[in-house]
Amino acid sequence: MQSVPSCCCGVDDRTVPPTLRQTFVVGTVGTPMGEVPLVSASLMTADRWGGIKARWKVGRMNYRVQPGLYAMGSPNEDSPVMVTANYKMSFDFLRRELAGRNTWIMVLDTGGINVWCAAGKGTFGTVELVNRIETCGLSKVVKHRTVILPQLGAAGVAAHQVLRGSGFRVVYGPVRAKDLPAFLDNGLKATAKMREKTFTVRERIVLIPVELVAALPKSLIVLPGFFLVGGMLGPGPFRTTAAAHGILAAWAVLCTVLAGAVLTPILLPWLPGRAFSIKGLWAGLLTAALLVGFTWPDAAAPSQRLEILAWVLMISAGAAFLGMNFTGSSTITSLSGVKKEMRWAVPVEIAAVVSGLGLWAGSLLLA
Amino acid sequence: MEKLIYLKDVVTLDLDRGNCVGCGMCLIVCPHAVFAMGDGHARVVNRDACMECGACAMNCPSKAIEVKSGVGCAQAIINGMLGGKCECC
Repeated sequence: MQSVPSCCCGVDDRTVPPTLRQTFVVGTVGTPMGEVPLVSASLMTADRWGGIKARWKVGRMNYRVQPGLYAMGSPNEDSPVMVTANYKMSFDFLRRELAGRNTWIMVLDTGGINVWCAAGKGTFGTVELVNRIETCGLSKVVKHRTVILPQLGAAGVAAHQVLRGSGFRVVYGPVRAKDLPAFLDNGLKATAKMREKTFTVRERIVLIPVELVAALPKSLIVLPGFFLVGGMLGPGPFRTTAAAHGILAAWAVLCTVLAGAVLTPILLPWLPGRAFSIKGLWAGLLTAALLVGFTWPDAAAPSQRLEILAWVLMISAGAAFLGMNFTGSSTITSLSGVKKEMRWAVPVEIAAVVSGLGLWAGSLLLA
Repeated sequence: MEKLIYLKDVVTLDLDRGNCVGCGMCLIVCPHAVFAMGDGHARVVNRDACMECGACAMNCPSKAIEVKSGVGCAQAIINGMLGGKCECC
């Protein structure tokens, strides 16, 4: 395939094969459409490190593979064609599971977003798939007319329209890449278990870093305010009272984030209630109990105890909010459900935080 | 294995069995086993497990399924309410 100059950007990347200058490319394979990059099945340190960084939201939006057709092993015109998104972690999971096999991998341009989210947005979609089949010249590379898609891509792809638009039949593979070998060996048949999206402890734990990175900076922003107001309203020298009330505030903020972004994901099935804000509330009460346990014995004055109770209220509300936010990373919530939950949960959370702030200020004035 | 279910009786999923041609695509694409096949037609057997991803409606060749699909994400809804773009995941 030749590079075709286009009007705006010099090169129209829809028509060029992917560059060989990507770390995972180990050679080329000749096809009627020209040389196609051959990719390695083994992940290198750089790939693993890139995955870890993406989990912590570092460079995630630029963690992408060039769209187009790739080869694994020594594929021929009868080899299966696997389709994936150009989020590097999706691509890496796929090639790792295809080790030792001869396949084609067709990477769609999803803007560096994973299959499921991209399908939800429609970028892992019917139009992109039909166009990509065309620009890769897939009908010249393979004799058969079947493409294998990850099942979670189905929210963006209409299989019957792909057939009409490209002549290729869409077969939905398993939800998880690790079931692909069994799926391929079983004549492209997935078992019921391969079709279900689970949400196991392990699957929830890997989401914690991204929740922390989202929640911590936002929560820490409020801390200087608590130091400042604590120093001004509290009795005694500014620095002493600012430190006393500010440090308690810092512990309370940590309790809130720990409850909403760490405990809620881990304990999800065991926290009472169906609404995520209620689950977050319980996690908040757990960490608030810790804070009470550590601070209550030293709090002799009623104003000190009132301050701690104000924090119990704010931790619970904050954790409920963060718990509710976890609906976005979860694999079980529906749009209608989240809207219904938010209609009552958000006002209650706001009311609780406002009353907590009032109690907190009151406790300082009492002291 | 833990089977997590979100809120009860909120899902907008609607299957018109009269239009269903029994191809079974909805059973294949649903990630929460919401559908089952009986007497040549699909039926909804686990409505509350539906997360409204829309894969079934998208892949139904006879338009027998309707669902108001979207991402069940509080942040996206807040962004939408604040007039920003819906962004999620």
